[in-house]
Amino acid sequence: MNAPPFAWVFVGPALLVIGVFFLLPVAAALGLSLTDFDIYALADLDNLRFVGLDNYLRMLQTPLFWQALGNTLYFVVVGVPLSIAVSLGAALLLHSRLARFRSFFRTALFAPVVTSLVAVAVVWRYLFHTRYGMVNHVLDQLGVQPIDWLGDPHWAMPTIILFAAWKNFGYNMVIFLANLQAIPEELYEAARIDGASWFRQLLHVTLPMLGPTLLLVGILTTAGYFQLFAEPYVMTQGGPLHSTVSMLYFMYEEGFKWWNFGVASAVALLLFGLIFAVTWLLLRLSGRGA
Amino acid sequence: MMLRWLLGALLVLLSGCVPSPSDRQTIRFWVMGREGEVVARLLPEFERRNPDIRVRVQQLPWTAAHEKLLTAYAGDSLPDLCQLGNTWVPEFAALRALAELKPEVAASRVIAAEDYFPGIWSTNVIDGRLYGIPWYVDTRLLFYRRDLVRDAGFDAPPRSWEEWERVMAAVKENAGPAGYAILLPLNEFEPLLALALQQDEPLLRDDATRGAFASPGFRRALDFYARMFRNDWAPTMAGAQISNVWAEFERGLFAFYISGPWNIEEFKRRLRPEHQRDWMTAPLPGPKGPGASTAGGASLVVFRSARHPQAAWRLIEYLSEPAVQVQFHQLTGNLPPRRTAWRDRRLADNEYAWAFREQLERVRPAPKVPEWERIVGEMQMTAEQVVRGRVGIDQATQALDRRVDAMLEKRRWLLARGKSQ
Amino acid sequence: MATRLAPAIVNGLLIGLTLVSLFPLLWMLSVSFMPAGAASVLPPPLLPDSPTLANYRELFVRAGMLHYVANSLLLAAAVTLCSLVLNTMAGYAFAKLAFAGRERLFRILIGALVIPGQVAMMPLFLLLNHMGLVNTYGGVVVPAMAGIFGIYLVRQYALSIPDELLEAARMDGAGEFRIFAIIVVPLLRPVLSALAVFTFLGCWNDFMWPLIVLTDDELQTLPVALASLSREHVQDNEMMMAGSVVTVLPVLVLFLALQKHYVQGLLMGSVKG
Repeated sequence: MNAPPFAWVFVGPALLVIGVFFLLPVAAALGLSLTDFDIYALADLDNLRFVGLDNYLRMLQTPLFWQALGNTLYFVVVGVPLSIAVSLGAALLLHSRLARFRSFFRTALFAPVVTSLVAVAVVWRYLFHTRYGMVNHVLDQLGVQPIDWLGDPHWAMPTIILFAAWKNFGYNMVIFLANLQAIPEELYEAARIDGASWFRQLLHVTLPMLGPTLLLVGILTTAGYFQLFAEPYVMTQGGPLHSTVSMLYFMYEEGFKWWNFGVASAVALLLFGLIFAVTWLLLRLSGRGA
Repeated sequence: MMLRWLLGALLVLLSGCVPSPSDRQTIRFWVMGREGEVVARLLPEFERRNPDIRVRVQQLPWTAAHEKLLTAYAGDSLPDLCQLGNTWVPEFAALRALAELKPEVAASRVIAAEDYFPGIWSTNVIDGRLYGIPWYVDTRLLFYRRDLVRDAGFDAPPRSWEEWERVMAAVKENAGPAGYAILLPLNEFEPLLALALQQDEPLLRDDATRGAFASPGFRRALDFYARMFRNDWAPTMAGAQISNVWAEFERGLFAFYISGPWNIEEFKRRLRPEHQRDWMTAPLPGPKGPGASTAGGASLVVFRSARHPQAAWRLIEYLSEPAVQVQFHQLTGNLPPRRTAWRDRRLADNEYAWAFREQLERVRPAPKVPEWERIVGEMQMTAEQVVRGRVGIDQATQALDRRVDAMLEKRRWLLARGKSQ
Repeated sequence: MATRLAPAIVNGLLIGLTLVSLFPLLWMLSVSFMPAGAASVLPPPLLPDSPTLANYRELFVRAGMLHYVANSLLLAAAVTLCSLVLNTMAGYAFAKLAFAGRERLFRILIGALVIPGQVAMMPLFLLLNHMGLVNTYGGVVVPAMAGIFGIYLVRQYALSIPDELLEAARMDGAGEFRIFAIIVVPLLRPVLSALAVFTFLGCWNDFMWPLIVLTDDELQTLPVALASLSREHVQDNEMMMAGSVVTVLPVLVLFLALQKHYVQGLLMGSVKG
């Protein structure tokens, strides 16, 4: 009976690392969010007070928190469908029998995914420059007024949404592609014999078969999009007029700029709760729909 | 025999005096922004005068400096000395991270407190204790287009609010709908802060534990500020929306711009030679006459956890010598905080700097609480909302006070416990 | 008629999409070779008039990019190595070694996947601070030495290893470690290579945690250095582009060489059945 003790040697180190450096801090976050840990407490732990749910209540009364929540929801509600639509579209195009140079296209379309977000955010910030950016130049050629992409409170978040779609669509595209390849040819044959156009085939064969994948991709993308942080940090610093402050950005500023760890932990937990709730909702809705 | 013994002893003594490489102390010096890039040029002379000290400079970008300093504090990896914006001094003093410097100053032959502009020196004094030595100063005053003001019918820059309003109204009339009288980027808090500091009432009351933004003084300042937008004297935009401030100033888009010392060199550099006689600086007008302005700038501080505090202090003394301060000014355009340094010809002859010399005698520090940076951010957000017409002044200032009171709650609690600085 | 247009449309759309995908990256490369200020003109240039290596020189000499490249390389390699070892052992154990509470433990781990990492950031910072790991390489490597997703991937793949193979080896008297090293690991090679590429890329591109934990200039990774450079030097766009190229190019090259493994790994975690 060598197996049991040996198994612990195998799982032990990993479990230890995960336990100490992930699960323990998550539990501690719960505790931290019930205190008013701030810069004074950093100086002297004696200055720490237990405040119960005060941080949560105060957050709910802070206008910037609600703005951050709103911004994040805006990003998710618009960004996720856009990203998934582009990914699905790209996958369908690649999957089509009419497509040539498939592996070149697939690599090219996937390239943005592996790039460092900070590096390409810098590039995009310049491409969308009000005066010297390529995008406004093209618009100018088309006779459209230049848009202050990153300086106008109404356009900053849409720009970030576009950027996120560009950066991430390749990821879901590959997943869709793999699942498209798994749809049996006979189903398409049958539909074609019935005289269905490519559009009807899409609607009645492809999409239903992709159902579970759509759900999975939807949940993964939604959960990921809720964690928006690096784009505002690099491109807009939360501006203009706090229109691009996301919940994580807000948490980062509370925690690591103002050193209010108690409040920041509360925000992080609220975010987690939100992601959990939305994910659960998506699962329930899809269960009912199917 | 005695002679040989004496010689031997002398040799031993001397060899002890000449520092071997292993005796060299290396002090870590953190600097930010442009100053960081430039200070390295001042160090070879210091190291020559102090062969037992080596200075290792690390440059931090301003945008990350605050976080880095706090993380270093938490991780116990602060340097020996550092350049600290003087609005951060209260915060680090509250953390008990800074060494007190009064004894050093008392014993110093280089640094004399009376030589410094009092408003600037006082930014480093908290609860009677001295935590930093001013390194360079920053304040805000008027940069203006002499020719546009003259065309509007005025020979001299305004000295009071009332005069200023008259000048701005006349300039705006000349400029028409597409022009403005003054540029006030909505993301900059310094202009409004300067106007607020000119008032008699303080910005925080009750030993800086409660907001006093609903006081008549601040309301007057905010009203004056908002009026400039209401009358269309100032365009309603943030700094990022002006693509090139200097080009627009040259073009005459606005006649007044409230800015700091670095722009002297920038304007000299970026405006065309034929326009160099068209602009000038002037002290900030106050409610009843020449007014106060912000007491900005940076100090040099020594951390309590410094491994070589005496060596760090010697570097501070070196950088505080008037001659070195003038050199620093040449390299960065930053203004020295010591009156003696201002007597140097290079500063005394700089006509653009005269307004600063005058203004520096009338600077007032902002409230010295750690929460101030957050509070001033809230102040600016409130001002922007008032300017954009989203909320009235009374409502806005009362709401601001409520938020500020909430921010200062911990400070109130600590003071009540008797444990604060 | 429609059939003749169809290939044109499909391939045309693909070409268009590819252009949108690659244009920013190609433009970034192009601008990095332009002299300072050359990109801030109207109309914005596509190709450099007088290509120059000045930006790269500026980056490596003045901004010390080489140092940040070395840091990123070191950290990514260390994390990949450690996590490969720990995750593989654990994944194999969850798949093939019986021990008390195995299934329940695994379900808890999967459940924990939902928790965003940022929840743990602040307490983790305080913990590492207590251990003296803040502002050290350890602060980045130690928390990343094992990960739930990696364990999951390895376990899913390891499930397909035939039990008989392992039993036979055990009956021959081989110890568990020998079985693991000599039989299991070679069989796991596809998932290991996928995981390695995944982990390396993830660590190289990681931004938020190194930003928080590493304060010393000398320890910074590329993305963090690039971010702070970009917030400081708002005017030096050409140099920024060069910095971006340096950050993106190694990963892109690695990806092109190993894309089969990367995609495989991606799919292993996401495709049902």
